[in-house]
Amino acid sequence: MPEAKALLEVDNATLRFGGLTALNEVSFDIKEGEILGLIGPNGAGKTTCFNAMTGVYQLTSGEIRFDGGSLAKLKRHNITKLGMARTFQNIRLFKAMTVLENVMVGADAHSKVGFWEALFRLPRHRRTESASLARAKELLDLVGITARHDELASNLSYGDQRRLEIARAMATNPKLLCLDEPAAGFNPAEKQRLMELIRKVRDRGVTVLLIEHDMRLVMGVTDRIVVLEFGRKIAEGTPAEIRDNPAVIAAYLGVDEEDAS
Amino acid sequence: MTGRLNLAGRWDAVVDRYNAQPKVAKVLWVTLFVVFVYALPLLRPPILTTNSIDFGGVMFRVIAFALVALGLNIVIGYAGLLDLGYVGFYCVGAYTTGVLTIYHGSWPFFLVLPVAIAVTMLTGVLLGAPTLRVRGDYLAIVTLGFGEIIRICVTNIEWVGAAAGIKNIPHPTGIGAEPKPPFDAGGLFEVPRLTWEGFVPSIDNDHKTAFLAFGSRDAIPYYWLILTTLILVLLGDRMIKASRVGRAWEATREDEDAAELMGVPTFKYKLMAFALGAAIGGLSGSFYASSQSGYINPQSFPLLLSMLFVAAVIVGGSGNRWGAIAGGALVAYLPERFRDFADYRMLFFGLALTILAVWRPEGLLPPRRARRAKAAEEEIEALEDGELEGAHDA
Amino acid sequence: MDLGALFGSFDNFLSFTIGGLVFGAIYALIALGYTMVYGVLQLINFAHSEVFMYGTFAVAWTFIFLHGTESASWSLGKALPILLVALVAAMVMSAAIALLIERFAYRPLIKKGAPKLIALISAIGASFALAEAMGLRDRFAGWVGLKDDLADYVAPDKARDVFSNPVTIEPHKLFELGGYGVTDVDLVIIAAALLMMVGLDQLIRRTRLGRGIRATAQDPESAALMGVNSTRVVQLTFLIGGLMAGAAATLYMMKIGSTRQNAGFILGVKAFTAAVMGGIGNLRGALLGGLVLGVMENWGAAVFGSEWRDVVAFVLLVLILLVRPSGILGESLGKARA
Repeated sequence: MPEAKALLEVDNATLRFGGLTALNEVSFDIKEGEILGLIGPNGAGKTTCFNAMTGVYQLTSGEIRFDGGSLAKLKRHNITKLGMARTFQNIRLFKAMTVLENVMVGADAHSKVGFWEALFRLPRHRRTESASLARAKELLDLVGITARHDELASNLSYGDQRRLEIARAMATNPKLLCLDEPAAGFNPAEKQRLMELIRKVRDRGVTVLLIEHDMRLVMGVTDRIVVLEFGRKIAEGTPAEIRDNPAVIAAYLGVDEEDAS
Repeated sequence: MTGRLNLAGRWDAVVDRYNAQPKVAKVLWVTLFVVFVYALPLLRPPILTTNSIDFGGVMFRVIAFALVALGLNIVIGYAGLLDLGYVGFYCVGAYTTGVLTIYHGSWPFFLVLPVAIAVTMLTGVLLGAPTLRVRGDYLAIVTLGFGEIIRICVTNIEWVGAAAGIKNIPHPTGIGAEPKPPFDAGGLFEVPRLTWEGFVPSIDNDHKTAFLAFGSRDAIPYYWLILTTLILVLLGDRMIKASRVGRAWEATREDEDAAELMGVPTFKYKLMAFALGAAIGGLSGSFYASSQSGYINPQSFPLLLSMLFVAAVIVGGSGNRWGAIAGGALVAYLPERFRDFADYRMLFFGLALTILAVWRPEGLLPPRRARRAKAAEEEIEALEDGELEGAHDA
Repeated sequence: MDLGALFGSFDNFLSFTIGGLVFGAIYALIALGYTMVYGVLQLINFAHSEVFMYGTFAVAWTFIFLHGTESASWSLGKALPILLVALVAAMVMSAAIALLIERFAYRPLIKKGAPKLIALISAIGASFALAEAMGLRDRFAGWVGLKDDLADYVAPDKARDVFSNPVTIEPHKLFELGGYGVTDVDLVIIAAALLMMVGLDQLIRRTRLGRGIRATAQDPESAALMGVNSTRVVQLTFLIGGLMAGAAATLYMMKIGSTRQNAGFILGVKAFTAAVMGGIGNLRGALLGGLVLGVMENWGAAVFGSEWRDVVAFVLLVLILLVRPSGILGESLGKARA
């Protein structure tokens, strides 16, 4: 595979909460156009890493660069505008809004329409609105919940809510889509469909970061995998390499920390 | 569910029937309705009309409250920010008008109006910028404090009239001849009212309303003016709600963190909702100051009024603009209609509020989709109760 | 603005501080009711101000019942026996009102899982109704034909006016502290408030009852699974808040001597401010918040003039929230939240 440009670089990222070190000098990068898996046992720091990337937490030391620029001082909504979008492990939709509106909120991320334009229905408002609408509908089609576009988000089934989260994140037109355990609670058939969806997303030119517990899914869909344990990176490589990596096996089988490192 | 007065269901039926009409019929219905509302204080329908107090004046208050409720609905209903000091903005708008039209200046009303709105909006931004970052419940108490601070300020600052308030605030400029009290009502022409003998109407030529002169004798021109404003604000509300701004508000209300991560600058939109709500409150206050009596004083703006405004929005069904209008109207109208029980009206109001909240937590007329969600929830619950092994969609 | 009034001499400074502590102690006791309910339910009990107001009437009524209506001016020692009875009466009255509010304005909503905002509206309604009912007490007595028998208690035709305790408690200077004569009344108020707070703090920290309350505050669902009866805990919370408000009402009547049907509102708002300042849900925070608020607003009143007292209190609240959004001591009874 030719060496692609790194889209996201995590450089010596360290994050401490009081005495607890949640991330310890973690470094890895995500290349443009790849699907990277981030795995590790429970409490390994996957979601923390994720939150640091999307600006929920500020790093204690180290740096995260996206598309060449540091994310350190950026507001969360600006990180989204740069082209990073995410879904949530514990689904966080706008429950009292319709499915379509949820996706529209994502599509609004790049809209420049202001209050007066909306109030007087100026041309830019109408243009942006119809473009957003078209985009939202197309994304609902992509994830396969078009038929339910007028339902309230809270009325969707669990699986559809997860799919809606992906559509909403995709609506922000990201370069990097971060999926936080998107397959949690899915049955095998749904997981299969999710894998197809992730590939479709990548084929649209979106880089994907996937945090997942389900090994079959991660092995089946990713190009490369980074393994975390106790806030440290213990391995990195292709699915095949990771499968045979003794440190990873040890980590998952619960062998003592000293042996594994 | 059974045996309950199904107000929301009936409202839906009305809306559905309206939506099913062809476009021409829709326009016709709306026109008829609007004309009826404009004519209401002239028609003076029995039962509805207050007899012990000028009905035109009551209707002015009804619409003024509806306007305030509409503004507060943006803050509470759309953006989910609990503002308990809304009367502060109402007060700022009224005092700006009083100060500029008579106390320290002699600007005409329609020039002062935009200034009053701008000043209140600025007040909203100044209050909101530091406080909108604190948690929701705290915002409630900070705004409550703000309402009280404004009242104490106008009570103690000589520059705005202190406890005596501001008198003789000029009326808005009318159309046609200036009124020359006591005999010449002015205006272009005069409109008679109806008077009712039981349910039999007859024309009352003794009390005519001048079109369009704002004097101290007749409240009806003020009613028309504020009703027109209400309609304009209502249209604006519709436009904003169905745009990215409205969506950003709702997303922020539903889940602030998620909204932020979807690229919504939540603080900016919260501040916008707050300032916009303040501006509408100021607008309403400005009309209040220059209304029939042309007199404001600190006692006109008790903190209890804030509670009434909040109650109006919630009682109507937070987030539904028609609910807010109905709530505002009821809160203003009921105490006036039942003046015979004047001493007991606040007691009844308090009891009614509690009973309503307990009996109908979602408000009289909640947003339609909130009801849909509730229905679906109940359905799911019923299903879960019925069959313990829920079939997984494989 | 007159900084000299406050800082001109150390004596002045001290006297305003002690004067502030006296009111602060009363705020703190009322603040407990807000803080307890908020800690357990995350709801603002807007009607708690009326719980306090009914307590003040109970005190005045006790004096009328045991002494009569002729005005008198007694020393604290002479008034003490009736005052103790009044304390019990006020605590019973306030607790009863608090439980009434819980039963009718809150419990049905909690059962339905209604949104916070609705519970607030319900409480606002209850607050209006309770205050109005007190303002209309002469009418109610008239309806049941008791007007003449109870004339002294219902104050016919003047039910909305200031209602005074016939016995004025004359403060007696005990000793000088930096030029300020500390009176027995001041001392009793501060000591009584501190004693109650310490007692309550120990009750919450050390007893089984307290554990139930803390467990419910932290995680209602788990607490329920562990066998804590959450309805009982909520009731208990209102009960304790009511008892404390009754005590506050007695101390307030000792100091001020009169009340009226809308006396609760501004005190309630201040007490809530105190609770938020200290960190709502935190008992010690309520004490600290109350004292800080009382002292600061007294200083402010000295510098800016007494008409600005309330403004000082609210501006202070805003400033503290900006620097420390969860209050001075943070929130501890309820969930720890960022």
